[in-house]
Amino acid sequence: MKHRLLRSGQWLWVSGVLVFLFAPIATIVLFSFDRSNIESWPIHHWTTSWYSVAWHDTAVRQAFVLSLKAAVAATALALILGSLAAFGVHRARFFGRDTISLLFVLPIALPGIITGVALNSTFQWAGINLSLWTIIIGHTTFCIVVVYNNVIARLRRTSSTLFEASADLGASTGQTLRFITFPLIATALVSGALLAFALSFDEVIVTTFTAGAQNTLPIWIFGAIRLGQQLPEVNVVVTLVVLIMLIPIAVAVRLTGRDTMSSRA
Amino acid sequence: MADAAVEIRDVVKHFAGNVVVNGVSLSVEAGEFFTMLGPSGSGKTTLLRMIAGFETPDAGVIELQGRDVTRQPANVRPVNTVFQDYALFPHLSVTANVEYGLRVRRVPRTQRRERAQAALEMVRLAHLGERRPGQLSGGQRQRVALARAIVNEPAVLLLDEPLGALDLKLRQEMQVELKAIQRRVGITFIYVTHDQEEAMAMSDRIAIMNDGVIEQLGTPREVYERPASPFVARFIGTSNILTRSGTTWSLRPERLHLDLEGAPSATLHREVGVLRDVIYLGMNTRFVIDLDAGEEVIVVRTNAEVGRYATFAAGTRVAVGWNVADGVTLDAAVI
Repeated sequence: MKHRLLRSGQWLWVSGVLVFLFAPIATIVLFSFDRSNIESWPIHHWTTSWYSVAWHDTAVRQAFVLSLKAAVAATALALILGSLAAFGVHRARFFGRDTISLLFVLPIALPGIITGVALNSTFQWAGINLSLWTIIIGHTTFCIVVVYNNVIARLRRTSSTLFEASADLGASTGQTLRFITFPLIATALVSGALLAFALSFDEVIVTTFTAGAQNTLPIWIFGAIRLGQQLPEVNVVVTLVVLIMLIPIAVAVRLTGRDTMSSRA
Repeated sequence: MADAAVEIRDVVKHFAGNVVVNGVSLSVEAGEFFTMLGPSGSGKTTLLRMIAGFETPDAGVIELQGRDVTRQPANVRPVNTVFQDYALFPHLSVTANVEYGLRVRRVPRTQRRERAQAALEMVRLAHLGERRPGQLSGGQRQRVALARAIVNEPAVLLLDEPLGALDLKLRQEMQVELKAIQRRVGITFIYVTHDQEEAMAMSDRIAIMNDGVIEQLGTPREVYERPASPFVARFIGTSNILTRSGTTWSLRPERLHLDLEGAPSATLHREVGVLRDVIYLGMNTRFVIDLDAGEEVIVVRTNAEVGRYATFAAGTRVAVGWNVADGVTLDAAVI
């Protein structure tokens, strides 16, 4: 009896936390179907017309395309730089290796405002105009971290005798990379890339300092909320962003989950 | 004389200021089953890794079939290794693992398949070619690792404690199987282990290593019957080490005779003491005796004749006897 009580108490607790985490998102999704301009409960008239409005809004479209470009480019750059850095740090046995490893991870621990201000002054000082490219550079600084972390964690879990065995069997460095190293870290690369994409796509603070006159989607949302004229449209855009973000996150979770299972076997 | 399969001259290796291998020289004949035996930290694995090409000696020369390979990278040396943790590629099937060495050397596909199949048949795993290493038992993984190395027909096969992770019964079976495979393929084996019984069971010759040097090199019979140092005498089997009038003797427990004190003796040398312990071990019984002279001595008798000792209980006064010919004087032994 006491046991039953404890169990239902646990369930109640877990449900409470889940509601706390997801109720705000559910609210936004609900209000995206509210015909009224002013959000009030209960919803009297349901509509999907705001979806059509958002779809035809060129500002939203441009912001969406810019966000997509920035996220794809930042992810691609981070994949190359992050995995190379992980290889270098993993292989080398030099003094200060741990310090360097920490330095790679620091940008994600650093408040975004510091990264943003620092990049902004650097661009100003170097006479670089703010553009898509400055956004990409800004996003790459923290996207590198997730790729680096994923790859180095995988390399550390991989027995070094696998690479020795490959060389022992006659493989050149390039062959070992192609036949052994790359297949072993492939899922780490994919999950790192998906997380990097997700991070970049909804980033606001660093973007504010590196974007110049253009709007990424999160910046557009931020501005629209402050002006308060297009709240239903914001709800629609946020709902769509949530749906889009669910895909890479779900795939990344599946991949890392399967990895831990296969390494246990 | 033909070139030795492996020739090592004055090899030295340091790690972080510590000497791990301290001037080792040895020569392994083609087709030989050669074992490097020693406790952990004796330098045996480091020496093996230098032959494989994973480490470079700080000084000295390593030759394979008469060619200096001291500075050659691992992937061009005509040797293959069976690793202690097997190091099977987890993302490749058993067949793909075995084919790997042939694939990177660009052997045509059909020939690759045939040779891999033959190697898997030799280790009796031909039916498991499609499996992943994660789906195999420890003993099966061990045999895949062996097939993956042998399929390349190396001049020398290096084995780094390959049976260390297996349980006793499987280990003993694999010892017999390894030795049989070695005879069949005729490849030179260099085998590293800390298990002296394993070394005795399989090797043509054993190099006993301690603190980065070879303490003794010889056949199993030589190192057991004629240990060259107190270390070897204690490391290989059990030894009673006694110093009498300036000479140190090594006496094997099974060479000692045991009698009640005062009984007539057939042996030349005789010392008395108190029986402290009688330990029944199934095949043998082990007697522990505190000699009046101070040392502890162990005598082992087979239980086929142990009826003779039925009245020997702890506390009995006994005499331990031996013939001088059965003892080894350690000081006079030559390496």
